[in-house]
Amino acid sequence: MTRFFFIYFGRRVRTFLYFLGGIANLSFQTVYLSFVPPFKKERVIEQIKKSGYDSLPIVGLVALFIGFIFALQTAYFMQRMGSEMYIASLVALALVRELGPVITALVVAGRVGAANTAELGSMQVTEQIDALEVFATNPIKYLVVPRFLALSIVLPLLTLFANAVGIFGSYLICVNKLRISSSMYLQVTSEAMLFKDLFTGLFKSIFFGMIIAIVSCYEGFNVEGGAEGVGQATTRSVVITFISIIIADCFFTAIFYFIFP
Amino acid sequence: MIDIRGLSKSLAGKKVLDGLSLHIDKGVTCTIIGRSGCGKSVLLKHIVGILKPDQGEVIVDGKNVGRLNDKDLAALRMELGLVFQGGALFDSMTVAENVGFGLIEHDNISQKELLERIEESLSLVGLCGIGNLMPAELSGGMKKRVSLARALCIRPKLILYDEPTTGVDPITADSINDLIRSLHDRLNVTSIVVTHDMTSAYKVSDRIAMLYQGKIIFEGTPDEVKENDHGVVHQFVRGLAHGPITETLESGHRICP
Repeated sequence: MTRFFFIYFGRRVRTFLYFLGGIANLSFQTVYLSFVPPFKKERVIEQIKKSGYDSLPIVGLVALFIGFIFALQTAYFMQRMGSEMYIASLVALALVRELGPVITALVVAGRVGAANTAELGSMQVTEQIDALEVFATNPIKYLVVPRFLALSIVLPLLTLFANAVGIFGSYLICVNKLRISSSMYLQVTSEAMLFKDLFTGLFKSIFFGMIIAIVSCYEGFNVEGGAEGVGQATTRSVVITFISIIIADCFFTAIFYFIFP
Repeated sequence: MIDIRGLSKSLAGKKVLDGLSLHIDKGVTCTIIGRSGCGKSVLLKHIVGILKPDQGEVIVDGKNVGRLNDKDLAALRMELGLVFQGGALFDSMTVAENVGFGLIEHDNISQKELLERIEESLSLVGLCGIGNLMPAELSGGMKKRVSLARALCIRPKLILYDEPTTGVDPITADSINDLIRSLHDRLNVTSIVVTHDMTSAYKVSDRIAMLYQGKIIFEGTPDEVKENDHGVVHQFVRGLAHGPITETLESGHRICP
């Protein structure tokens, strides 16, 4: 029994280390190839449209409802304390520092990360990635670099958009349902937010974008076994990205807590 | 043109190629025959440098493929064309973009010249005027032809065909065989065809080599193959259910009758 446990555990550790090595290798190659000509900006623009512009509706919708929900949940407690006017500052800080970047990253991971893995996985099983190599085209340069650059650029912008929409959602609830004056709400919101709050949120969202791109492409490249393999890789890609984003968020929050107390 | 010496490769712990040696002269169409899964496609991937040998070497046009740096390997690949078994067309691009892919990516040629080269390649495979279609709109046979046009567009010195007639009807298969033969005659390119379809092998080949248990066990002209009495070759080319190939399998794996 103990022997089987160690064999099983050993295999899991080996698989995990193999995965980490693969991710590190792909990350280094992607960053290096991002600075190697030729630079084809059309592919980056195409990916910015796919991952950024096309994600606007879903990110906006989720952020709007998060704003509604957060305002109502905060109001439940604040009304008991008679401090409704602090709802605005609480919502603004929570959204800009934490909820905006993380919720946006999770939505994009589910929408764009899954699509990347499925697309690259299908290309892998139909030998399209081998075909790229045969035409002397580096698959990392051709497929990963545009996605990596696009997601690194797009995620902070989407986060900014989600922050604005979330605060707007909270504003609608506070002004229409909780009888807080519009000018008061806007004043409290602007006073509560400091530059560092906005900066830390946007800074970590750049890394969330990189995580989504690298993990989704890595899983796509490593698909084996046809359609079933593509499905499994897509699921694994979304799960790993979600976990990585939460761990990275914890890491960044701790760092910022000590750097910008 | 191609010299393979002592090539060995293991994949997932299984020895696929085991000291394989083969020489192919310039301008010759050589067909490599063998059972499915015997390592024919793995051999092709070594010739184009997608896989690196565990042992041995692959010399193409005087260059050792496994030891080339990225730049030299890229230059060599622009002289090769590989026609994939399933076509491997880029499904997000039109037929014209697929055919012109190699030129678009690497050559600074004018738009006018690019369109001419695409149309010329499509006409060579008998598919004029389909440049605007997407790969999903093509039949299996058309995909193989477009894949061939894509390989031809860079004007390669060597064309590799991976199972060109698998999965298409006999009439389309025969037209693909005619096409391979006529391209060889018209363009005088060296060709390697990997197949287990003996009708195709006899029709297109100058020479036929049989791959078995990771080695080339026989090489000769189509007539020599037909007349050969080597047990394994005899069983394979005649498509016999019983013989040394299946006996080896049965003794190794105990296949149920």
